[in-house]
Amino acid sequence: MTALLIEAKNLSRYYDNHCAVDDVSFSLAKGEVLGFLGPNGAGKTTTMQMLCGNLAPSTGEIHINGFDLLDQPKQAKKCLGYLPDTPPLYKELTVDEFLEYCGRLHGLGFREISQAINLAKSRCGLDEIATRLITNLSKGFQQRVGIAQAILHNPEIIILDEPTVGLDPIQIKEIRSLIKELGNEHGIILSTHILSEVQESCSHVQIINQGKLILKETISGLNQRMNTNTIKVVTRSSINLNYFSEISSISSIENPTDTHYFIHHDSNSNPTELIVEIIVNAGWGLMELSPIQQSIEDIFISLTTKNAEQSK
Amino acid sequence: MIFAIASRELKTLFISPLAWSILAVLQLILAYLFLTQIETFTSIQAQLANIDNAPGLTDIIVLPLFGNASIMLLLITPILTMRLVSEERRNKTLSLLLSAPLSSTEIIMGKFFGILGMLTIIVLLISLMPLSLLIGGELDLGKFACNILALSLLVSAFASIGLYMSCIASHPTIAAISSFGLLLLLWVLDWTAGLENQQDSLFNYLSILKHFQNIQSGLLNSVDISYFLLFTATFLILSIRRLDNDRLQK
Repeated sequence: MTALLIEAKNLSRYYDNHCAVDDVSFSLAKGEVLGFLGPNGAGKTTTMQMLCGNLAPSTGEIHINGFDLLDQPKQAKKCLGYLPDTPPLYKELTVDEFLEYCGRLHGLGFREISQAINLAKSRCGLDEIATRLITNLSKGFQQRVGIAQAILHNPEIIILDEPTVGLDPIQIKEIRSLIKELGNEHGIILSTHILSEVQESCSHVQIINQGKLILKETISGLNQRMNTNTIKVVTRSSINLNYFSEISSISSIENPTDTHYFIHHDSNSNPTELIVEIIVNAGWGLMELSPIQQSIEDIFISLTTKNAEQSK
Repeated sequence: MIFAIASRELKTLFISPLAWSILAVLQLILAYLFLTQIETFTSIQAQLANIDNAPGLTDIIVLPLFGNASIMLLLITPILTMRLVSEERRNKTLSLLLSAPLSSTEIIMGKFFGILGMLTIIVLLISLMPLSLLIGGELDLGKFACNILALSLLVSAFASIGLYMSCIASHPTIAAISSFGLLLLLWVLDWTAGLENQQDSLFNYLSILKHFQNIQSGLLNSVDISYFLLFTATFLILSIRRLDNDRLQK
């Protein structure tokens, strides 16, 4: 088993009487990219701030790379790179100056710093703007400087709070591939409310709503949940449905129009091959065949509303 | 790492026109006051020669100069310190420091030394003026050194109060106004002490001005020096506590 980079146990956080995070436990291992998903105000940012030591949890404990965040904050924070929801940039400095300052805050030596800065700049595509003042940069570039700051000291754990906000589609693509690349050797947590982002760049997903963790899955597990065990078939001429009665795994067939069919089947076997064989052999002209998937949005909505009903 | 924070603080001050304009204005006004003091000295020089134990060049020029400088710094230090923490909090850059492997003590000390660096430059520039008198006259160097010490202790006390106010306040302007108000209150405390004779000792003890003038006059007393050191340390510790508290409640 790989060593756990983050171990959070029973985290809770109250703002006065308002409970922002309620008894959340999770862990992160090396090579995992954990997506934190939730609507606005669900407690994503609060959780991340607690992980980075910006906020003390009301109850619970956090171990970063084996160090307790409360007892040994310095060693723990050395393993962390954090990009808050607003990138923490000193706008009167140039990109180079800012990154150098960040390197020194993390205790990098003189030589390490210039190497680290060059690597971070090339990874985030900042080479051309290195000598410009941060205040003159566009939002997207500022966001990238923020990411460069988080990965500068090569931390084991990278925590990114909504890293792709304010970026254009090309930049989003670049950042996603960067996250995937980093995910091989680091543990990454990223929060977002964009569901497709999780599907694309994460290996694990956690859905948090009203401070409670309501789903914890791997991406393949999530994809399985999205399977509705329904196949959509479109043919040129209509099908004689009796042919399919032999296939035991088919539970029912819907036929909304002449040439459209929805075939429902058991979850433990997939009759797609047999269906294709029958249609082709009978010469009905297969036009389209696709498994129907519940979108991640549907899962998200069903989970969050279910949760809301339970709490009532 | 304290040094990293301090040098960035100082750099930021000098990137913006703030530090330069403060240095220029301060130097201009103090130079004018310095010249008028010299003027006074030359006009009463003949009379002074006839008095036994007459006040010398240092008493007539250096003491008032440093006295004026202390009042100017009372006005200026809150402007320098107001941004220290409150602006970082507003711009959300504080989380960069909080998630770096730094303790609150290191953050506060870094900020404090950064601003102290700026104030040291100011004190040195002020000290250059009386030093120029060495060309044509003689200074009581011991007393002169006491004046530099007094002003340095004073500005570190000012800076620590300003830093603490900046930790509390949500907006730099509020930090500036409240630290200015607190400093002024501590400054004028002994005026009221003169009016009501009963509470003389307490107000005298609390007043910054009294302790400052004691050292300025060349009387190095451990009470005065410890007053300033305790004063500075108290507000630095309060600032550290305050920054720690940020993590606990928001």
